[in-house]
Amino acid sequence: MSFDTVIFIISALVAVFGATMMIVQRNPVASVLYLILSLVAQAVCYVQLSAVFMGAILIVVYAGAILVLFLFVIMLLNLRGTEELGESPNAVGRFTKYLVAILLTIELVFIVKTATIPAAVTGIMNEAVDEFGSVSQVAKLMFTDFLYVFELTGVLLLVAVVGAVVLAKTERNESHSLAQDEEGADLRESAGK
Amino acid sequence: MVPVSAYLILAVVLFGIGAVGVLICRNMIVLFMSIELMLNAANLAFIAFSRSLGIADGHVIVFLVLTVAAAEAAVGLAMIVMVYRNRESINIDRFSMLKW
Repeated sequence: MSFDTVIFIISALVAVFGATMMIVQRNPVASVLYLILSLVAQAVCYVQLSAVFMGAILIVVYAGAILVLFLFVIMLLNLRGTEELGESPNAVGRFTKYLVAILLTIELVFIVKTATIPAAVTGIMNEAVDEFGSVSQVAKLMFTDFLYVFELTGVLLLVAVVGAVVLAKTERNESHSLAQDEEGADLRESAGK
Repeated sequence: MVPVSAYLILAVVLFGIGAVGVLICRNMIVLFMSIELMLNAANLAFIAFSRSLGIADGHVIVFLVLTVAAAEAAVGLAMIVMVYRNRESINIDRFSMLKW
């Protein structure tokens, strides 16, 4: 067994372990930390597949930004994990969801095992060029072939930021307009007098 | 050299765990994290195919998926905060206002 294989097996086991612990944990903070563990193991797989830049981005953007946002919201809402969430009241639904999930996984594994993948994909991988997956190669693609898609992503981020601000601000806006209405009513009353 | 099918099976297993999480979790935040896990499983498959074909286009797509995931997390967490203000709970069984 080569060194590559050992690294892959270890990181795959850690990734699956982290993902499993994430969904069975009661405490949301522990869930977030297990998801970070799983993501770090996946980043190791990325580096093995010579996607060095994407592995770094995965750790910086996911573990560093998105999951810290999750942690931040958990702290903001002051969730302690002691809140009893309980089981779904519907007994049929409780059983069916496990069945559906297990069937889905079996089906996906079956598809991967039996699908007719082109010969270029199966078997030995192509020899990677030295700069495959480097920052310069990804950047060249992103700013030439995928330029419009890249610009659209910027628009998407702008829309998401505006949407998040609007969603989180709604209540204050209402109370503000309510206060204004009351002021207006007061003014009208005093004008009537 | 690890064959590409090994990476694909790892991606599929992670996707399945994410799907199980979406189905069984009652906690809205863990549910969102399961969706992130499913996106990451798809990313791993993209990277594996990209490497085995020797074409780096998959890396750009992974980058775009990461951006979409970030946008989704921002909007989703804003929604969680808003619903928590109204309902004082993050149990998804109590978020059934739109259920007919």
